Amino acid sequence: MDFTLSKEQIDIQKAAREFALGEFSEKAQEFDRNETFDPQIWKKACDLGFVGVFIDEAYGGAGLGLLEHCLITEEFWAVDAGMGNAVLTTTFGAELLGLFGTEEQKKKYLPPLVEGKAVIGTAITEPDAGSDVTCAVTSAEKDDDEYVINGSKMFITNGTRANYLNVFCLTDPDNPDRHKRHSFFIVETDRPGFEATKIHGKLGIRANDTAEISFSNVRIPASNLIGQEGNGFKELMNFFNMTRLHICAQAVGIARAALEESIAHIKKRHQFGAPLASFQVNQFKVAEMATMIRAARNLYYEAAWLTDNGKMDHALTAMAKWFSGQIAVKCADEALQMHGGYGYIDEYKVQRIYRDAKIVEIYEGTKEIEKLIVARSLLRG
Amino acid sequence: MDIVVCVKRVPLTQEVDLEIDPQKKEVRKDMLAYSINEWDNYAIEEAVLLKEKFGGDVTAVTVGVEDDEEVLRRCLAMGADRAIRVEPGDLSLDPFVISRILAEVIKGVKHDLVLTGVQADDVNDGAVGTMLAEHLGLNHAAVVTRVEPEGNEATIHIELEGGTDEVSKIKFPALLSIQTGINEPRYVSIMGIRKAAKKELKVVKVEELGLSEDDLTPWVSVDEVFLPPETEGAEIIEGDPGTVAEEILRIIKEKGVST
Ligand SMILES: Cc1cc2nc3c(=O)[nH]c(=O)nc-3n(C[C@H](O)[C@H](O)[C@H](O)COP(=O)(O)OP(=O)(O)OC[C@H]3O[C@@H](n4cnc5c(N)ncnc54)[C@H](O)[C@@H]3O)c2cc1C
Repeated sequence: MDFTLSKEQIDIQKAAREFALGEFSEKAQEFDRNETFDPQIWKKACDLGFVGVFIDEAYGGAGLGLLEHCLITEEFWAVDAGMGNAVLTTTFGAELLGLFGTEEQKKKYLPPLVEGKAVIGTAITEPDAGSDVTCAVTSAEKDDDEYVINGSKMFITNGTRANYLNVFCLTDPDNPDRHKRHSFFIVETDRPGFEATKIHGKLGIRANDTAEISFSNVRIPASNLIGQEGNGFKELMNFFNMTRLHICAQAVGIARAALEESIAHIKKRHQFGAPLASFQVNQFKVAEMATMIRAARNLYYEAAWLTDNGKMDHALTAMAKWFSGQIAVKCADEALQMHGGYGYIDEYKVQRIYRDAKIVEIYEGTKEIEKLIVARSLLRG
Repeated sequence: MDIVVCVKRVPLTQEVDLEIDPQKKEVRKDMLAYSINEWDNYAIEEAVLLKEKFGGDVTAVTVGVEDDEEVLRRCLAMGADRAIRVEPGDLSLDPFVISRILAEVIKGVKHDLVLTGVQADDVNDGAVGTMLAEHLGLNHAAVVTRVEPEGNEATIHIELEGGTDEVSKIKFPALLSIQTGINEPRYVSIMGIRKAAKKELKVVKVEELGLSEDDLTPWVSVDEVFLPPETEGAEIIEGDPGTVAEEILRIIKEKGVST
């Protein structure tokens, strides 16, 4: 068994870290406070090839694996979660097109993502359809060679930035099988009837846009159907099996940042005549954090490696997602605790880490949903 | 214009508590993270910029172990055409031996310019560049902050003490040791990394270079490495700026520096 990354993977990791340190460090606090971002940084990352490395070479990507995408994600999140997301979530949805898109769709929609010319998003969640995606009621009705979309979506990453969105729509409401009622469509956001409203006041990842969107008689050509009509739920599960890996990398990245901040702080800060690092309680904390980070990383490396090698194990991916999310939140909490009052102030990076970390337990399947997936695989049969 | 750039992988020592090894000959390096020497990063960037403007080939060279290839791969990813690593085995290395080895390798590579960093951020001798120029019999200049080639010469800016700049001309072939800030080193790109994998990275054993025992005998030997002892006399003055200034003035007068 070989646990080492290849030279190329190590070089990718280093390059990503250097980029994030150079581009994110100084801006992170400002973008967090103001809920803004500078798209030039995303463009720069595209020019350097960090965005969409998993996209096939035929569509402008590097043709690398999800593992390489994860390595970049972990490095970016170790520097700043919000900015890391603002750069890397711009391809959130490319995986779905890669899996189920037609040749024309892939040729049209994928290359601009890599070139920094377009942003994609994926809109599933609705006000009344969260964990249970089968409740989604945004409808797509066939009208000759078009579909007409009506409804609204909630919490959509890059909703106001995206040039096109994969939208999960109800197409066959009367189907007795609730897993066969939905279909995916790619919808250009400049079509009449589309509206996006930025959501303000997020707890964390505030540099990354999240929006509420609505469709009012939005017409799209029938050729914008992704995959097969009625197959949306299955396609979504396949999609999540890929994208959840990125979330693991986000979680491990931010947990690492929490550990780095903790170590720096407890070595520097003195109380009772000694550095905080000399107290065993804090030593145990950093020891536990480092161990949890390593365990979470090994879990997602294995899950990503299996996926890249055509042996995807969805229960393992779900394990990796809830576990890495949990340790991210735990590490952020311990890190803030070790900072005492200073950690409560946004001058200190650990405050942002604490707020940013929570999202990894929520989006792309809450930790409860991940555990349901694991349990089902254990109890099945 | 063909350029050879000498690069080195160095430990990152900022913000770490350095430990001395039990033999007291070296700083313990096993726990340290490494990266390309900062000066060399500017040197390789300068070489790639010159290549992009004037054409030619860029060769990156290092004397080091297999792990040090990381910095060569970085140079290749930034745009160098090929790389050479000299495996030193158990040889003790000092600026003389390193420059001797580099000279022997560089003799075999076509070059109009040889670039090194001003110094390496490990022991900071700052000696390899100049020694190497002497071994190769090259015109040379140290602490270079600008290079503008024209025909078979270049106008260069040299940083002198106290922020003064000297502008001079130097004829090729020449060696320049490059100062930080001369350019803005690019980020390594994914495309660069992928291209680098297809470029030549040659490994040469030091024995294959035919150097004499004299060439491989260090001129410098380290007797002992130690952390400077903590001394008395440091005083932290607290209070508002006015009080602090008055206190400083009082101390300066008391010590007889000013009246
Ligand atoms: C910043 C941000 C970005 C997002 N980006 C996107 C995006 O790009 N696209 C998109 O489609 N969505 C996105 N989402 C939405 C996200 O995926 C959902 O919030 C998430 O799936 C949970 O759905 P919900 O919020 O409706 O919570 P609910 O489903 O209402 O869940 C509430 C709680 O109940 C628990 N729960 C629910 N059902 C069960 C059950 N059966 N058993 C046990 N516990 C259960 C959940 O685990 C959770 O703890 C984003 C959300 C945020 C906050």
